[in-house]
Amino acid sequence: MIQLFRNLTKKDILLIICVIILVVFSVFLDLRTPEYMSEITKLVQTEDSTIQEILNAGGHMLLCATGSLVCTICVGFFTSLLSARFSRSIRRKIFAKVEDFGIAEIKKFSTNSLITRTTNDVTQIEMLLAMGLQMLIKSPVMAVWALMKILGKSGELSIVTGVGVIIIVVTNLLIIKTVTPRFAKIQALTDKINGVTRENITGIRVVHAFNAESFEEQRFKEVNEDISNTHLKVTKTFAMMDPTMNFVMHFQHLGIYVVGAYIIARSGMMDKITTFSNMVVFASYGMQVIISFLLLTMIFMILPRARVSANRINEVLNEEVSIHSGGFKGQTKEQGTIEFKNVSFKYPDADEYLLKNISFRVNQGETIAFIGSTGSGKSTLINLVPRLYDATDGEVFVDGVNVKEYDLKELNNRIGYIPQTAVMFTGSVEYNVSYGDNGKEKPTLEKVKEAIQVAQGTDFVEKMDKSYQAHIARGGTNISGGQKQRLSIARAIARDPEIYIFDDSFSALDYQTDAKLRKELKKYTKNSTIMIVAQRIGTIMTADKIVVLDKGECVGFGTHQELLKNCKIYQEIALSQLSEEELQNA
Amino acid sequence: MPRHGMNVEDRSKDFKGSMLRLFKNLEKWKYLLVISVILALCAALLSTIAPNRLATVTDVISDGIKPNTKKIEQIAMKIAQNATIENGIISNSYQDFVIDGVNISVQDQMQFMKIMRKIDSSMVTEDLLNKMEELPESIKTLVEPKIDMPTLKKRVIILGIIYLLNSLFGYIQGIIMAYVGIGYSKKLRRDISLKINRLPLRYFDSHETGDILSRVTNDIDTIGINMSDNITSFVSNLTLFLGSIVMMFVTNWIMALTAIAASIFGFLFSFLLLKRSQKYFDQRQKELGDLNGHIEEIYSGHNVVKAYNGEREAIQEFDEINNRLYECNRKSQFLSGIMQPIMSFIGNFGYVAVCIVGAYLVMNQTISFGVIVAFMIYVRLFTNPLSRIAQSLTTMQSIAAAGERVFEFMDEEELTDESHIIEELDKTKVKGNIEFQHVRFGYEKDKTIIKDFSANVHSGEKIAIVGPTGAGKTTMVNLLMKFYEIKDGDILIDGKSIHELSRNNIHDLFVMVLQDTWLFDGTIRENIKFNKKKVSDEKIWEVCKTVGIDHFIKTLPGGLDSPVSDNQVISSGQKQLLTIARGMIEDAPFLILDEATSNVDTRTEELVQKAMDKLTEGKTSFIIAHRLSTIKNADLILVMNEGNIVEQGTHNELLKKSGFYAKLYNSQFQK
Repeated sequence: MIQLFRNLTKKDILLIICVIILVVFSVFLDLRTPEYMSEITKLVQTEDSTIQEILNAGGHMLLCATGSLVCTICVGFFTSLLSARFSRSIRRKIFAKVEDFGIAEIKKFSTNSLITRTTNDVTQIEMLLAMGLQMLIKSPVMAVWALMKILGKSGELSIVTGVGVIIIVVTNLLIIKTVTPRFAKIQALTDKINGVTRENITGIRVVHAFNAESFEEQRFKEVNEDISNTHLKVTKTFAMMDPTMNFVMHFQHLGIYVVGAYIIARSGMMDKITTFSNMVVFASYGMQVIISFLLLTMIFMILPRARVSANRINEVLNEEVSIHSGGFKGQTKEQGTIEFKNVSFKYPDADEYLLKNISFRVNQGETIAFIGSTGSGKSTLINLVPRLYDATDGEVFVDGVNVKEYDLKELNNRIGYIPQTAVMFTGSVEYNVSYGDNGKEKPTLEKVKEAIQVAQGTDFVEKMDKSYQAHIARGGTNISGGQKQRLSIARAIARDPEIYIFDDSFSALDYQTDAKLRKELKKYTKNSTIMIVAQRIGTIMTADKIVVLDKGECVGFGTHQELLKNCKIYQEIALSQLSEEELQNA
Repeated sequence: MPRHGMNVEDRSKDFKGSMLRLFKNLEKWKYLLVISVILALCAALLSTIAPNRLATVTDVISDGIKPNTKKIEQIAMKIAQNATIENGIISNSYQDFVIDGVNISVQDQMQFMKIMRKIDSSMVTEDLLNKMEELPESIKTLVEPKIDMPTLKKRVIILGIIYLLNSLFGYIQGIIMAYVGIGYSKKLRRDISLKINRLPLRYFDSHETGDILSRVTNDIDTIGINMSDNITSFVSNLTLFLGSIVMMFVTNWIMALTAIAASIFGFLFSFLLLKRSQKYFDQRQKELGDLNGHIEEIYSGHNVVKAYNGEREAIQEFDEINNRLYECNRKSQFLSGIMQPIMSFIGNFGYVAVCIVGAYLVMNQTISFGVIVAFMIYVRLFTNPLSRIAQSLTTMQSIAAAGERVFEFMDEEELTDESHIIEELDKTKVKGNIEFQHVRFGYEKDKTIIKDFSANVHSGEKIAIVGPTGAGKTTMVNLLMKFYEIKDGDILIDGKSIHELSRNNIHDLFVMVLQDTWLFDGTIRENIKFNKKKVSDEKIWEVCKTVGIDHFIKTLPGGLDSPVSDNQVISSGQKQLLTIARGMIEDAPFLILDEATSNVDTRTEELVQKAMDKLTEGKTSFIIAHRLSTIKNADLILVMNEGNIVEQGTHNELLKKSGFYAKLYNSQFQK
């Protein structure tokens, strides 16, 4: 928590100081108001007081009340300013940090969790600042102030007040202690109820097909029962809080009166009046002390949740980014070449290597393909080129320069990367295809059209309403998987890269479109180097070089015909997809 | 103040409707609610008596510090009675007398008179106390200040009981409302869960899962937590408020108008504030949604953002939304934050106004002092509940908004009612023939994608459905399983129209294994058994053996009891095998199989392949085909493109046609 608040700027701290001063002043005025109030009451009850006297006291009271109102409004203004400023800056910090993350870090946290951390968790902190800060300052100030008014006036009465405060503090601590673990349980059960509902919805076809509706309802019912019961326990505990507080507050009041009466009874003639006025003062300020402790306990109720959020945010902000940009921005001797030298890779905390000792070289204009079963490391391998991961051992060179030496932007300018699942952004077709920055000017509409043409997307784009300016919905939900993939490929083409990286990016295309697209692409990008990962033999048969991967090792390297002859795993894969006769024909 | 009520109505038209429905749903708890409201009223009543009673306690004590002036007068009277007036000269013929059993001697009387003469007629308490020590002992015991302890004890006990009852009522009410509130949200959650399975699939194909989930958790929580609290506080505050208005007018109408007038401007102002802050709150929710959307987009497309150097653009847009959010955050937070201080200021203002106007009226002899004192209490009774009502109105707005979202979901059109269907096909006797008769279908009303499709499928045949992705292969599944209703034509199962069979019955006849391996958070056994109750472990092992996953399960530490959730140990291929095992346990005459194995490595693929072949044995099967071998052996191939069935026939027939299928088939060999 404290660590997170280190992010407060000087201006924020100035705001906090202003808030503290204003709060102290408003507490001062607040404590004056009841004094005037009792004065007015006394004046009204005394028969011979004049209107002028009442006006005077009323005027003073209104003055105090107005002053307090102005102070509190200023405090409200400053705290809202502070909380909004702070949450804005924290949100931005998290967002910028996540931007710096590599895939490894994103996977570690999971995208969903990162989203909640950037939004929901920050909101929790914001709430704490907006509501808690004022209370946090006000309650101790009020408690101390009220205590000062009664301190040293009467030992016995102080004991009564003290007992009240102790009871309040102890009951509150007990309540919070019993409730906190249950809150954690509720949070976990909320996750679970979300999970069960999500499973029901995502598997709705299966649920219907197996007539399993009542089965699912039963599952839901169990969690619902569980969460409701836990909730009930918590709420029942909390239900005790308010009545107990009221009870203690009033009984303290009564207690002060009773004890006061006894002290008066045994004190000398002249002490009676002082004791009486002490008693009245104790009664009203003792109340204030308890109220201020009540305010404090309210913070203790927001605090646990905010602390969890603060920790979650800190985890993101403190995460060590594993991929750092190099400084190289200059010209390279080679162009469009990629070389792997004894590259091995494993996840930081994993035991087993995903890639073992891979070496190969591709020259400008060549196409290299990677094939192998799931988990063979194909995707991981090509992800090393745009540095989505860094090799654990060995070196990766692009245009003869180690990728780690490049300025990341410079490296990315040379590469057109097309991921496995096509990513679409909210915006027009043109926006999506011309996305990003390649160190040159933004692609023109002509260029975008050309790229879409090569990616075999012209037909469907021009059929869309407003064609190139057609709106792509969030996540590209208004176009099909194949269409998304074609736009995603067009995006890479519009970039004019030296190197294309296709990470299984043809899977949603039918054979026909797949074949045509690759043919057009080859024509369009004669000088570009292409790296392809694919599941289908058909997609990669024509590559200049094929790397066959099995469990992270390179088990075959050569052309289609060569591999058919001498690589057993390649043969297996090929035969599982095509008959022998078909392979021969090809 | 009916005007405020109208304001609320203006703000959202559905506020009333949504609230009414929320109340209607509370009917089950109406007795508990009535008890709770009664308790709240009792507690409110006790809170109003308490200050009064406390004042009487104070009176006893404050009386106890003053000398007993009544006794002094009594003594003076007695002395005066003994005095005789002769020739205008007062001559005292003192003699002893007894008051309250205390004998007062002549000497004492003379001393008393001496002291009394020194004291001013106005008899200041302090003076009296000063002289008290000089009084003779006998008189001192009579007149010295004494607290009436028995009365004090009695009053303290009464007050203690009032406070105790007040807290007790509060606690009982809290417990009752906990039951109501939590029971209510539990019921709403259950309603939503039941609703999910009664909705047509169309709904899920066009709505986001996250949105439905948010209704189950966020919206229901908002309602459940606030609804019950608000009802009682609203009712008791409203009663206090109306009661105090009536009491004020009964007591004195001028003062009543003063109190109301003093508060009304303040309240008008704060309602304006409320309305304004609502705007910022709404805007804030919207900006938060936008930000969420942008973040989600950028985080999930992280690899592309990085690889295309899109970070700058992303941050720019983020900053824009973040700044907008900052603005409404600040404003909404500020406006809602100053409500409370303004309310308490109004309270103070009303107090002073009543005192001053009251004092004037006393001067004019219009009212007595007692009226002012009463009004000082009424003003509090009047302003406090109003500010609480204002607060609960804001919460009620968020409740209404959440309620609207829940009810919107609850009002979605459900699957057609099938209770009138009585005929049923027995799955053990079904032969397995299916006939498509001029089937027409479209997802949207004016867009038919399957136009006049007819085919005849015989028992035990294998039908392959092929076509590029997005060609509408799942449409066939949707129609066969009656997930969607066909527009025209008919599908006959063993000669029986699909319209005359219930969905449950049809689902009973089909085994369905889909490409997206749907497993739920539970053990392997639970996932294979799924909703079937009596499945022995032997049967499960038998199926696992057939599918070829028995060995794998045995290697797991928990065996069949191993959890499936997000388990890294179970690969996607193995997950697919598990769903096949689940399908096998079902055992029905028809089979729908999506054989896509793109996520699976070659070796597992072989296993899956074999398992699938076993599954199809002896069944009429519809296979969404991805492998050439399936297509070639199929008795009938349905070729789909752009949602429609463009060709049908066997492999050889279709090749001869050299149409779409031939092109599709040959494309994979093109150089």
